[in-house]
Amino acid sequence: MSNKPIDRVAQATPAGVARKVKGLSDRAIAWIFVGPTIFLLLAINIFPLIWTINLSFTNFRANRPNRDVEYVGLRNYERILNDSDIWLSMQATAHFLIWTIVLQVILGFALAWLINRKFKGNDLWTTVIVLPMMLSPAVVGNFWTFLYQPQIGLFNYVISFFTGADPSSFEMLGSVDLAPWSIVIVDTWMWTPFVMLICLAGLRSIPDYIYEAAEVDRASKWRQFWTITIPMVLPFLMLAVLFRGIENFKMFDLVVQLTGGGPGSITELASINLKREAFEKWRTGYSSAFAIILFVTVFGLASIYVKALNKVKER
Amino acid sequence: MKAQKLAAATLLAGGAFTAAPAMADDLTLCWAAWDPANALVELSKEFEAQSGHTMSFEFIPWPNFADRMLNELNSGGQLCDLLIGDSQWIGGGAENGHYVKLNDFFDSESISMDDFAPATVYAYSTWPKGTPNYYALPAMGDANGWFYRKDWFARDDIRAAYKEATGKELGEPQSQSELMEIAKFFQGREIDGNTVYGAAIFTERGSEGITMGATGALYTHGFKYENTPGKYDMEGAVNSPGAIAGLEYYKELYDCCTPPGYTNSYMGESLDAFKSGQAAMAMNWFAFFPGLYADPDTGGDKIDFFVNPPETQAGSTLGGQGISVVSYSESQDAALEYIKWFADPEVQAKWWSLGGYSAHNSVLNDPGFVDSQPFAGDFLEAMKDVQDFWQEPTYAELLLAMQKRLHDYIVADQGTAEEALNKLIEDWTEVFEDEGKL
Repeated sequence: MSNKPIDRVAQATPAGVARKVKGLSDRAIAWIFVGPTIFLLLAINIFPLIWTINLSFTNFRANRPNRDVEYVGLRNYERILNDSDIWLSMQATAHFLIWTIVLQVILGFALAWLINRKFKGNDLWTTVIVLPMMLSPAVVGNFWTFLYQPQIGLFNYVISFFTGADPSSFEMLGSVDLAPWSIVIVDTWMWTPFVMLICLAGLRSIPDYIYEAAEVDRASKWRQFWTITIPMVLPFLMLAVLFRGIENFKMFDLVVQLTGGGPGSITELASINLKREAFEKWRTGYSSAFAIILFVTVFGLASIYVKALNKVKER
Repeated sequence: MKAQKLAAATLLAGGAFTAAPAMADDLTLCWAAWDPANALVELSKEFEAQSGHTMSFEFIPWPNFADRMLNELNSGGQLCDLLIGDSQWIGGGAENGHYVKLNDFFDSESISMDDFAPATVYAYSTWPKGTPNYYALPAMGDANGWFYRKDWFARDDIRAAYKEATGKELGEPQSQSELMEIAKFFQGREIDGNTVYGAAIFTERGSEGITMGATGALYTHGFKYENTPGKYDMEGAVNSPGAIAGLEYYKELYDCCTPPGYTNSYMGESLDAFKSGQAAMAMNWFAFFPGLYADPDTGGDKIDFFVNPPETQAGSTLGGQGISVVSYSESQDAALEYIKWFADPEVQAKWWSLGGYSAHNSVLNDPGFVDSQPFAGDFLEAMKDVQDFWQEPTYAELLLAMQKRLHDYIVADQGTAEEALNKLIEDWTEVFEDEGKL
């Protein structure tokens, strides 16, 4: 008798069950295994999505369950696309998204480049650098609120030390000009280590012999950087941009903690606006339409980006 | 015979609402987490001893109170048997069936709404407004008032400096303009080696802060929600010249006279600014005044209180809440028993003595009431001229729109006061159109 695991399982299977299973085709058994997962996917992802699409064509309000629900056609979509406040929140999101990605890619790559060099305490510094991304966004938001406090905040004192300006003469979170940058700074502080780790993986995946061959060909360090390092790390960088882009498009917690969308609506990102519409104003139909628009936007952009990423990988 | 049947039916119907303590229940009372809530815990021990029921409390911090409780009600949750909800929720509570209508119960228990201050009954209990349909018992009278550093105002050097600067005697402001003048005088002044600031006002964006603060200035300048009550005709009322002047005034007060970084501040920040010795004056709800007066550092002889000063007319922003029985509760009888106990004049007197603001006439009209606390007279005066925000079922949408328009103009410096109020009318019109009221 074979002692393979499959045989042991067959032996241990009760006769009744074995008889029933014996009559099933491979396809049927496959469905039995996959079925629960598909059911969960349908229940948790697909059904809510279809339901949201359905709601987006109605005037339904979740806080008025007794009110008649009317189908309003494309009115919710029309309203959203003509709402200047929605466009302002999309602009705020774009500002946040673009600048956080640019800064995180530059700083993350630079840090990875430095950490990739062999030096004493390399591991310790790697651990220290990745600490911010291990913290809760709520905690980060709270303590940066204190750091930005104009009277007692360390951030203002550091800036004043270098510029000579009075620390309480500027408000990072309260100023219309500075608030959008204050959230960019905090997100960059928190998530640059993530980009660094991905870049580090890319840098460490480049075989040494390629650089050795370049050295033999007397390629300068600058040329090695542009013709070996950058092309080989690029897929990793693009992956980091994809992850951070998707994450920051739906950024909510950190910004709510820092500015609550203010001053005014200057830092009211699309996700904050959506939450207010859905769970504070209770315009469920309208917010469902907004959610669908955001979903299509992210899905569309991500699909284009993934195609570009695949092309880069194929090169 | 007919009369006997009617009497029997009436007795039976009355009996249905008579709170008989047949079984001991565990009641949960939901409210905001603040000083008066602690007083209510203390007060409720008497109810527990009398009724045999036990009381649990769910107190939510103010910034999350509306979100948390409205979600609870909208989902038909059974967390709360009793809810001390904001006055603006009464419309939604009544129309959406969240609150039990209390008329029959009041009749059967001889609880008369005439025993409570009319402004509080109107604001906290009735829906539609002003009709004798009661969904709450006035529980906690409140309004937005002011307090100031009495010790600074009494100092000879400061008084002399103020007289030199303005030609007037320094004292409690008698108008909004004078309040600004005093705030400007204190802004950036060195007192005992510390830089102090004029006024700590409400500027919070997320929940209701900036609206509750700015309406104090708006009402006193002539702002109204409608030209004709119940008609939703807002043009010329919301954006009247007086309303525009009131909004410009509040922005100027924010620009000239608040502590640095005061861009998103509400009750807690106002208390902090005052207690840390930074602010000469501060606005806040009367509910906090007992605690402020008891503060060892800035209370006692160092503090005094004043009602929101008038400009073209008197007006204070209404706070406060009524206590309602949640219709989803499985312990409604015990909850009604609590309401009956709470309405008792003796309990109301004790409620005031513990730091709660009773709205019962027996407390308010007591000859000793005005002298019972240094802020009691101001409270009475404020309650004469209170105005409340919309109490419509869609109040949350209406409030969020005002929060946005006011914060955009006052803090973020976007546009003019007139533009902000015009946009507010557009927002509110859209909400009322959606509701079929326009």
